[in-house]
Amino acid sequence: MIDLPPYPPLDPSNYDLIVVGTGVSESVFAAAASSSGSSVLHLDPNPFYGSHFASLSLPDLTSFLHSNSVSPPPPPSSPPLPPSNNHDFISVDLVNRSLYSSVEISSFESEILEEHSRRFNVDLCGPRVVFCADESINLMLKSGANNYVEFKSIDASFVGDSSGELRNVPDSRAAIFKDKSLTLLEKNQLMKFFKLVQSHLASSTENDDTTTVKISEEDMESPFVDFLTKMRLPPKIKSIILYAIAMLDYDQDNTETCRHLLKTKEGIDRLALYITSVGRFSNALGALIYPIYGQGELPQAFCRRAAVKGCIYVLRMPITALLLDKETGGYKGVKLATGQEIFSQKLILDPCVTIGLESLSSLTDQENETISVLVPKALINKEKVARGICVIRGSVKADVSNALIVYPPKSLFPEQLTAIRVLQLGSGLAVCPADMHVLYLSTLCDNDDQGIKALLSAMSNLVRLPDPKNQQSDSVVENDTCEAKPILLWRALYVQQLVKGEFGGTISSMPSPDGNLNYNEIVESALKLYEQLMGSEELFKEETSVENTTEENDDGVDIED
Amino acid sequence: MHGRPRNASKPEEEAASAAKAVQLRSLQSQFMTNHHDKIYTNEAIELSTKLLEINPEAYTAWNYRKLAVEDRLARIEPDPNLVSAILDEELRVVESALRQNFKSYGAWHHRKWVLSKGHSSVGNELRLLEKFQKLDSRNFHAWNYRRFVVELTNRSEQDELQYTDDMINNNFSNYSAWHNRSVLLSSLLAQNADGFMPNIKIPEEYDFVHSAIFTEPDDQSGWFYHLWLLDQTLNVETPLLTSSWPSHGSSIILSGAGCLSGSSSMFTTFCSESGSFPLILYFDQAVGGVSSSTVTIDSELKGNEGLVWEPIPNKNSQVSCVWVARLKYVSSDPCEYKVKIRVGNSPGIVSSRGYNFNAPYEFVFTAHVHDTVEDSQEGIVSWTDGFDIWDAKSKDLNSLVTLDRLNAEMDFKWRQEAIDSEVECFGILPDSKIGKLTLARLLMAREAMVSDDAVKGVHYEEILQLYNDLMALDSSHYQYYKDEHSKAFLHKVTSSSESLSRHLLRYRDMNNLVCLRLNNLSLSRIASVEKLLFVQMLDLSHNELHSTEGLEAMQLLSCLNLSHNRIRSFSALDSLRHVKQLKVLDVSHNHIGKHSVDTTRYLCSSPLSNSELGQDDVGKQNPGLVTKYWDAYCVLRDLNLKQLDIAGNEIAGEEFSSFVLQVVPKLVWLDGQKKLGN
Repeated sequence: MIDLPPYPPLDPSNYDLIVVGTGVSESVFAAAASSSGSSVLHLDPNPFYGSHFASLSLPDLTSFLHSNSVSPPPPPSSPPLPPSNNHDFISVDLVNRSLYSSVEISSFESEILEEHSRRFNVDLCGPRVVFCADESINLMLKSGANNYVEFKSIDASFVGDSSGELRNVPDSRAAIFKDKSLTLLEKNQLMKFFKLVQSHLASSTENDDTTTVKISEEDMESPFVDFLTKMRLPPKIKSIILYAIAMLDYDQDNTETCRHLLKTKEGIDRLALYITSVGRFSNALGALIYPIYGQGELPQAFCRRAAVKGCIYVLRMPITALLLDKETGGYKGVKLATGQEIFSQKLILDPCVTIGLESLSSLTDQENETISVLVPKALINKEKVARGICVIRGSVKADVSNALIVYPPKSLFPEQLTAIRVLQLGSGLAVCPADMHVLYLSTLCDNDDQGIKALLSAMSNLVRLPDPKNQQSDSVVENDTCEAKPILLWRALYVQQLVKGEFGGTISSMPSPDGNLNYNEIVESALKLYEQLMGSEELFKEETSVENTTEENDDGVDIED
Repeated sequence: MHGRPRNASKPEEEAASAAKAVQLRSLQSQFMTNHHDKIYTNEAIELSTKLLEINPEAYTAWNYRKLAVEDRLARIEPDPNLVSAILDEELRVVESALRQNFKSYGAWHHRKWVLSKGHSSVGNELRLLEKFQKLDSRNFHAWNYRRFVVELTNRSEQDELQYTDDMINNNFSNYSAWHNRSVLLSSLLAQNADGFMPNIKIPEEYDFVHSAIFTEPDDQSGWFYHLWLLDQTLNVETPLLTSSWPSHGSSIILSGAGCLSGSSSMFTTFCSESGSFPLILYFDQAVGGVSSSTVTIDSELKGNEGLVWEPIPNKNSQVSCVWVARLKYVSSDPCEYKVKIRVGNSPGIVSSRGYNFNAPYEFVFTAHVHDTVEDSQEGIVSWTDGFDIWDAKSKDLNSLVTLDRLNAEMDFKWRQEAIDSEVECFGILPDSKIGKLTLARLLMAREAMVSDDAVKGVHYEEILQLYNDLMALDSSHYQYYKDEHSKAFLHKVTSSSESLSRHLLRYRDMNNLVCLRLNNLSLSRIASVEKLLFVQMLDLSHNELHSTEGLEAMQLLSCLNLSHNRIRSFSALDSLRHVKQLKVLDVSHNHIGKHSVDTTRYLCSSPLSNSELGQDDVGKQNPGLVTKYWDAYCVLRDLNLKQLDIAGNEIAGEEFSSFVLQVVPKLVWLDGQKKLGN
């Protein structure tokens, strides 16, 4: 921060909004606000777009994780300054909160990786995909951000267990028909259940529901897992529906450890999302799609949209302090790392930006009130998400490149409390060199050890470490008769804190990446903030009329076949 | 392309379509002028292109183009480039017409016509089809055309089978794909292509279609294919002889007109006025070519060389399941003859599907010719009195009833196994109508295949229960289930001598004639007739029969009770015309005459179909009555009835009674009244 190159002062120095951080929620918000006519300054301390949603090369990813991880508190190079009082403002210093812990990065074939290191686009918050019917897709179409991203489909989805076998997820009529592992009766029961859901959904959209079957109100309020049992679905199918289609995390059969017992109502909504995703785009194979060049493309697309509407972008620009009005204690602006002071009506911050606790004591009540959303709260919910990234040679399943794999709770080991999701992506998505794949793993956990243990268990189920003796000659490895698991070349393990967004009157803090597979909750928080700050102003209204007419034909999202 | 709701058109759309109609009319009239004047200039052809682009259904325009192409081809140099330019243009027009209307018969036909000129690469056509079939995977025009194109090439049937695999995997609700699959498989199985043995392939196909049926039992396409597979499993191609009368090893007693006195338990007695007795052959499928050369008779009965075999019921038809010949004997001359019949000794008996009867079968019986004691009493036959219980222990029945196929079939094993595994499979399909129906059909098939007496007949109760359930579940197909129920019931009755003997009685007044009593069983259909060829007296009263179809094979039948059934016209009794022995008929208390046209039958005869109507004496004397009672007239004049009961029908009355007495002069008893003056 200190060695920043000289930077010309920003002009103008007054904005409606300052947004710090270019994660998905900040970028969606910036695009929406610019589109409705607000003047926005969008800053990011990093040299790249996306913040915690970025896709990076292996070295960049490594250094980002290390620099944002909990290490022994950095020795204060200079004693924390008391809020300075130079001008008409009180300046409150900001500090960075670390989102990551237990970061462990190992490379098993450094030479090969170094050779290709810049050909990787590795996601920081994987595994993450988009459902074709996601709200985020609608938002992209509405805003025109879809013009900057291309998607490809995820070819297959599997359910795994400790045996190492990956079974197809029968998620459509054709998939059920083709499935080899389901018995005839199971095919019948599963399809019957899908039809019930479809009929229920049809009856809730059209009101003349005299003939269609509807799920009773009572059932809608009951736990989804009980409803599935009531529908006489066998355990195997229940598990597929709960964890590989509804994408639940917690063991729904274990009331003690289950943090979120899903109601039937919510379960049906999740199935509806899945069902409507399948076949939404004629050239998407299944329900899920992924952006070429990595998910970092998504926040970037919204940023570009915002820039078109007049939003000003400055990367590599941290803010160091908040400026508060001396009289009222209200928010006035921020101080940039360059020392320049910039003013705005409102401020939206990345979840990492907080106030040092020691600064608080010297502030007045009003000032404390203004910055309250930035004060780190004692975490009530200690929930975290453990993430893992593997670069592998080969694929976890022959003939399949891009695939989602779910290990339901207890499927790998008896103490496994949460589902583990694994996403394999290949060079077709321009995220890694040919003949390699990137695997992303995640699972929710209460502590680092528990999360890392679960991830390692899934990894050992899918990949093998290169045999040190045979490192040179691959031919020996291939002669091995054991089923050819792909070879692990590089691995990152880390645990990410889950920070909720907090919306204040003038200063708001955005949430950290969540533990979900898609972006819906993240996008939702951006829209909620938009509503709160902009009132009833219509979202992307201008684009709606212009863009939609030209894009109706291919439904906007470019998906190659 | 399917399941799209029809929307009422908006005013602006109607205006647009009106404008289009005006344009079309003007194009049409210009085009017709060109066509009439045989103008094949470029402008004229261009006009027809325009017309077809708007309306691909203009068949005349397609024909015009054919003429134009022929005309141009005749006038140009035989340069292949010029020829192909002309034909390419035709293909292009067809393609754009198909984009307009994928289901245009004229366009598809035109394309075939161009291809038949030896033009366009087949690879192109397949690529085009692939594109069209992606848009509408079920369109039968495209599938038809596909078969046409494939036939032009050496593309293997295996490849095409793989294509149906892909289409079905994509969406299994595709009748066209399943149908094409059955066509291809039939052909591959018939050729005995590599890996296409029925005993391996058919079970594989069952597995394949199960996934479709179980995934969505409400989708009919898979069920249709399943039905086809079941048909392949059950149908043995080569025709077989099912039963005969007299049966192998039996001995029959023949006598002249009237009844024998003194003979005791001889239900094998057959009385005939004409000095001949019927020889009945019953095949499992319709066959042709039954004649004195394919069926040889070896006996001392004189005068039976060059025997005439007739198919029943239709004399003029080439094929039938039932064939009858009449053997002559001399009744004045009591003695005993051994008769040996050889069926299919020399080739010539061929099934309607072209398969040869290739399992020659030989059977032997003994005929005792008895003296006639006296002429018949002409007493009235009562259906209520004079019956004795049948002695169930009697062994005589066994020799009468030849059960099951007479010839053993070699590849029965896989068929039985296939049916067994199907039964097991559908036993678990939860309640669905089609599931129950299929299970019932499978169980029937299993019964038909079982040869082991120990397990024979164990499924009938379940089958009957399934049909009862179906009748309750699905009232719109009630009558079908009812008919199937009747068939199953009759199969059950005839499945063993024990069960059959429960329905047998002796009729004292006619020399202990055996009477089969199937009354009060709510039967709506007659079945299992092949096992009842020996029956001479049959009581079917108090059932729900609509017709006597099937009874024509029972050539020995002399007394038939059909009272209290649902017969609606004399045409429904048409099959009885072939039962020459029939003397006593009770059709009282039916619905004859209630409806002028019998709508419950598929084919109704009418006065118009009987051109010779009224050509005989009765017709000349009473043309009015013959016209009024034409259906009764057509049936009754061919019968030699002595006793008829008609009371309790709408048609009955004095006028009709007097008409009957004219048509059947030999009648002695009418509605229990002895004819006067006779």
